[in-house]
Amino acid sequence: MDYSIKIGGEAGQGIQTIGETLAKVFSRTGCHVFTHQDYESRIRGGHNFYQVRLSDNPVFAPKDKIDIVVALDRESFQHEKELTENGTVIYDSADLKQKYEGPHLLDIPFVALALEHGKDKIMANTVAVGAVLGMLRMDLNNLFEIIKNTFGKKGEDVVQGNIRSAQAGHDFTMKNCERCSFKVETNIRPPQMLISGVEAIALGAIASGLKFYAAYPMTPSTGIMNYIADKEAEYGIIVEQAEDEIAAINMALGASFAGVRAMTGTAGGGFALMVEGLSLAGMTETPVVIALGQRPAPATGLPTRTEQGDLQFALYTAHGEFPRVVLAPGDPEQAFYLTSKAFDLADKYQIPVIILFDQHLADSQWTSAVFDLGRIKYTDYRLRGEAFGNLPEYKRHAFTETGVTPFGVPGETEHLVVTDSDEHDEEGHIVEDAETRKKMLDKRLFKKLPLIRQEIGAPSFYGDEHPEVVLVGWGSTYGVMKEVVDKGEIKGAAMLHFSEICPFPLTEKFDFITVLNNAKTAICIENNATGQFARLMRTETGYDFKYKINKYDGRPFSVDELLRKILTRLVSLSQ
Amino acid sequence: MPTLQDYRGQHPAWCPGCGNFGILKAFKDAMVELNIGPHQFTIVSGIGQAGKFPHYVRCNTFNGLHGRTLPVATGIRLANHEMTVMAFAGDGDCYGEGGNHLIHAIRRNINVKLFVHDNQIYALTKGQASPTSMEGVKTKNQPFGVFSEQMNPMAMAIALDCSFVARGFAGDMKHLTLLMKEAVNHKGFTLIDILQPCVTFNKINTFDWYKQRVYHIEADYNPEDRIAAFQKALEWEDRIPIGIIYRNHRLIPEERIPVIKERPLVRQAVDISKIETTLKEFC
Repeated sequence: MDYSIKIGGEAGQGIQTIGETLAKVFSRTGCHVFTHQDYESRIRGGHNFYQVRLSDNPVFAPKDKIDIVVALDRESFQHEKELTENGTVIYDSADLKQKYEGPHLLDIPFVALALEHGKDKIMANTVAVGAVLGMLRMDLNNLFEIIKNTFGKKGEDVVQGNIRSAQAGHDFTMKNCERCSFKVETNIRPPQMLISGVEAIALGAIASGLKFYAAYPMTPSTGIMNYIADKEAEYGIIVEQAEDEIAAINMALGASFAGVRAMTGTAGGGFALMVEGLSLAGMTETPVVIALGQRPAPATGLPTRTEQGDLQFALYTAHGEFPRVVLAPGDPEQAFYLTSKAFDLADKYQIPVIILFDQHLADSQWTSAVFDLGRIKYTDYRLRGEAFGNLPEYKRHAFTETGVTPFGVPGETEHLVVTDSDEHDEEGHIVEDAETRKKMLDKRLFKKLPLIRQEIGAPSFYGDEHPEVVLVGWGSTYGVMKEVVDKGEIKGAAMLHFSEICPFPLTEKFDFITVLNNAKTAICIENNATGQFARLMRTETGYDFKYKINKYDGRPFSVDELLRKILTRLVSLSQ
Repeated sequence: MPTLQDYRGQHPAWCPGCGNFGILKAFKDAMVELNIGPHQFTIVSGIGQAGKFPHYVRCNTFNGLHGRTLPVATGIRLANHEMTVMAFAGDGDCYGEGGNHLIHAIRRNINVKLFVHDNQIYALTKGQASPTSMEGVKTKNQPFGVFSEQMNPMAMAIALDCSFVARGFAGDMKHLTLLMKEAVNHKGFTLIDILQPCVTFNKINTFDWYKQRVYHIEADYNPEDRIAAFQKALEWEDRIPIGIIYRNHRLIPEERIPVIKERPLVRQAVDISKIETTLKEFC
């Protein structure tokens, strides 16, 4: 069982609500679910869609073929050509003021049923949800629970109206969809989570003791700020909307200096403004976590779409030489745990840590086992209160064996905490002498770096143990590569996925270079034009990818598309 | 009780006769009189001669980037509002590079004390025009004279309903100490623009030039009248008022942000026991 449902319509019509509700029903039923969105940078109008995939096998990426299209506008009929053989488009001819003919079309009076059963036109979307569930021959119990949770606050009338509307849609397709031969199978015992990348990053931050988040809204990172702001009161967090990204990172650094865990989030364009602050974090050894969401650039680019074009930017930007960590989660589960790791490393080594994600990971949702809080590590590395006060003396940047100087919280004792963006002495005061300069750089960079590098996890290796074909990638291509391997259509295939990228992983934990050397074909797969990771691999290890697949149209890879591209490449190689 | 000796920092690298020395002395006197010990306050500074200020006072210090004093100070104050947080910046730093941050710090009414060393020139980069340079002034980089209108930070701050707007003069230390104490005791964002002669690069706005023009604002002046304050802020050419030009009583963030009403963020324990319940919201 592997079905895809596409809900198409204008911005503002509620396609996201329909999609999210369906996804939640499938998740609660015990299906594996993957959703993604394709939307334009506008508030109303245009054509957008939300796609839900459900299966009894793990799914991580979109498919090309669609089983059910819910058409809320005429534009949605462009997706007719994506239908599977038994696929069906459902629509409301009265609402679209257009009647379409064909065996694959089912005209359902969403609005009339909503008015009749819910007494409100607005419930047409609930009729549509019920109709889809009827087509899939699923019961409505999970949906009713969701309706009660969602609309409970609005009163019993609204709840009952929605329930009757859902039932009406369900009854309609149970009776009238003769083509419907769908059968939903499940093999998961709920509960499981259905979560997006931005929610997972935000949750990971909260679970790691985040206290201060400053940001300027920018797609695709805004979801992080939204989620944390929603939990502000519950967890005692301050979310400050800064006047610009320069202010955002400097506020985060101020809060961090004052003694709390701090974070900022942005996209490539906003990160460009933060770069000066990144360097400031490096010089002052102030911990900060930066969530950097990639979208197609240069400049404003395609604001609401996806790309992996900022890897080299994240790795190399900022003036001067200082250590940083770059983590690139592949799915929400990795995003949760790696965000926690980001906070730990930032605080432990007093460095900036970048969580590099993209719009695809940000806005897509995956089902996953409930996150294991046992894997969340929280250590308070700061010197506070008595432990700080009892020290005979304190120098913020004192030279130590590891390069890390314990970071005292200012104000709690008589010790002073002094730091400077100028080169400074152990106390934190401006210096210009050559000897101190060299010793400070050694402390900040060369002493810490080998220790940080030891913390970096190996890439994940999945598939054939002695692969003939290795698919290599990083970040959000994790799921699509994994599924391509799972399909079994490529003989002897395996995936090598990097989610901890800087410092580059050593081969001691896992010798990925030997795997690459032993394979007949290794292909580096990236959602960018120039193969930035392939370039990094060559720089760091000398390994040079002969084969690359790059996609840079602003859209994520679909499973079918990637498989097709790999198979075509393999055929051309064997000829 | 702290004494002057407690605040003694490093030896200043300013030019002999620099107006900054007056500001330094006035500030230390204010701290002694306010009874705020070195560990009880943090100075955030940027770049320029004013940026070096906290190295010459023993205190918690974040000497950050040019123009970025206020965002860092805002972060510190939001994380710990029991800490007295001050920002020291020059006119280029605060009115030029960091102008946007100034506007929004005023709007937030973050309880940070901002002291601007306003010498109407860029000194550290050796003599270019600043936002407060007077129109027509010729410099190495403005050989035909400054074309832009001189910025009036006092009028701008009042227009934004800044909580406390004052002007001081480095050549009148006693008066400046008084102003600084008023600012620290005021609840809300405070801006003191301090006229600070640059003895090396500004040959026009010298000690004498200021001395001939500055006057103490009249004792019967009401700084809470915004329209009158705006008028006062426009005085410049022949007579320059020093003192508190405008003051109001707006709420500050710690009175508005529910999560820090009881205690500052930095003194709140990290409690993630509720995460399990939050995870269930995704099921």
